[in-house]
Amino acid sequence: MNMREIPVKKVGRAAVVTSLGFLIAILGNLFIPQVAELKIEQYQWGPFLFDLNSFYRTVLGGIILIYLIAGVLAVWKPERRPKFVKQQWFRFAMGIVLLAYDIAGTKLRITPQPFFPGPAEVLKTFMDDGPYLMQNTLYSLRLFAVGFGIGIVLGLVTGVIIGWFPKAYYWLYPVIRITGVIPAVAWMPFALTIFPNAFSSAVFLMAICSWFPIASQTAFGIQTTEKSQFEAARTLGAKNSYLVFHVAIPHAMPQIFNGIQSACGNSFTFLVIAEMMGQPGGLGYYINISKIWAIYGQVFAAIVVMAILFSVIIAVLNEIKAYVLRWQKGTFV
Amino acid sequence: MSDSIIEIRNVNRVYALEDHPLDEASGVQALRDINLKVKRGEFLSIIGPSGCGKTTLLRLIGGLDEPQAGDLLMDGEKIKGPDPKRGYVFQQGSLFPWLTVENNIAAGLRARGVYRQYKAQVSKFIHMVGLDGFEKSYPHQISGGMAQRVAIARALINDPEVLLLDEPMGALDSFTRADIQDKLLEIHREDHKTMILVTHDVDEAIYLSDRIVIMTPRPGKIHEIVNVRLPERRERTSNDFLELRKDIMKRFHSASAEGSGVDMAAYI
Ligand SMILES: Nc1ncnc2c1ncn2[C@@H]1O[C@H](COP(=O)(O)OP(=O)(O)O)[C@@H](O)[C@H]1O
Ligand SMILES: [Mg+2]
Repeated sequence: MNMREIPVKKVGRAAVVTSLGFLIAILGNLFIPQVAELKIEQYQWGPFLFDLNSFYRTVLGGIILIYLIAGVLAVWKPERRPKFVKQQWFRFAMGIVLLAYDIAGTKLRITPQPFFPGPAEVLKTFMDDGPYLMQNTLYSLRLFAVGFGIGIVLGLVTGVIIGWFPKAYYWLYPVIRITGVIPAVAWMPFALTIFPNAFSSAVFLMAICSWFPIASQTAFGIQTTEKSQFEAARTLGAKNSYLVFHVAIPHAMPQIFNGIQSACGNSFTFLVIAEMMGQPGGLGYYINISKIWAIYGQVFAAIVVMAILFSVIIAVLNEIKAYVLRWQKGTFV
Repeated sequence: MSDSIIEIRNVNRVYALEDHPLDEASGVQALRDINLKVKRGEFLSIIGPSGCGKTTLLRLIGGLDEPQAGDLLMDGEKIKGPDPKRGYVFQQGSLFPWLTVENNIAAGLRARGVYRQYKAQVSKFIHMVGLDGFEKSYPHQISGGMAQRVAIARALINDPEVLLLDEPMGALDSFTRADIQDKLLEIHREDHKTMILVTHDVDEAIYLSDRIVIMTPRPGKIHEIVNVRLPERRERTSNDFLELRKDIMKRFHSASAEGSGVDMAAYI
């Protein structure tokens, strides 16, 4: 535990260091002349007129703004300070790396083209092709939500049954073990033939790959519930349903979340594979068609969206976990 | 109604050793020929050294275990499984770690499906065990003494006719222990619930009980039952108290000598 609170002055300095890196990237973009040949197109975006570079600088400005807001929050809530202060140099370095990338990719264009366009060209996608990228993002999100959601429900139900009934464990656990080690992709040809469309077959495969870790972790959590806790509940008048839903399942919650978290990782992988191999939409699909048209800026833009989307999903999951497991001793991440 | 609430007749309990057929030669005889009548409303203590079968006996009364031979009756009816009529306070660590103090105490109401009716009781019991202000704390955030008070309140909220206590203060320091002992006495005086307390602390037994059952180790048998003829409010340093203590210690020794010579020094 940190005994002493980090003073506001240090938070202020961290905010300056953090902003400075991105500010240098903005100034570099503004003042370093365009050496290589590149057409700088203009875009109308609502009432604003942007070009390739000014949009990039606006985004950098937005990043600075977000970090400044985080800094203000850190002043307001002291428990946020250590993280904010600790990460200042990494953030500074991000700005410098962006500057180097901007120089190499856009100003000089010495990175292999067209595979590695500069940061401004990657961002350009959001203006050029924003709505279509958005549409594909929503497609991915929907596929993920349905497949992962069904996987969670199936995993929980089978996990509880297997963990609670020894007979179910005897007959079903080996089946789970065997199907669990088969990578979900192996089911692909099979899924594509029995399901009516691409969407439902991808849902099936994502559900399968989430199902295994959730079911086995849930079963494990239920089976390891101490006998004494069941006994305590029974002396209080508990019947079987109470033992399952109010003793075994709460006890299994930490393991259930472990299962859900690893299932989440599996689902991300599978989502992108499925989309690249025959979905009519989604970020994986978007990457594929961008590659076919050799618009690599769009490939990177889709990767950036994925990084943000998946990080947000993981963060939300962590928040839910921290809330549900608030009864646990100590801290965990 | 007879004046005994619990009746134990010729009870034997043998724990099988793994991979052996169940017979006395190969198992641990935890209890042998136990006969005991517990009077309605009395405070009965069971003392004996570790491993003499105290927990085994209490679990049988609680319905958490079954004897190989003999009968256990409550109000003339055979005890079959646990029942909220018999509240149980475990040695330690039996709270549900995922429930707050108030929800642990309310667990019995929820388990029996009567939470809505008796919701108001929860704060009454929190107050009774002196845990106001800790309603929203989780078990890992409170001390061992507070946890045992929660366990007692959790058992009492079901309004049991008998309260079974298995060394509930065994792991606590002497101040906390004295504090909970007084709490138990207060509860006992208020509504005259039958209380059966397992302990290996002779002072505690004398301070609280109407009668004390002294057990012999290996196999666990009842050596004798001592009536505590002391006034209701007891002074641990009064002559009568000390006299009785000396007497019980003597009996305790002869009971232990009858068993297989467990070192008694630890219990004096
Ligand atoms: N589940 C069990 N399986 C095998 N032996 C047991 C079990 N529970 C208790 N015993 C044995 O029975 C005897 C009495 O145990 P117990 O009732 O816990 O004693 P106490 O509570 O007086 O310390 C001990 O010798 C103990 O080792
Ligand atoms: Mg014991």
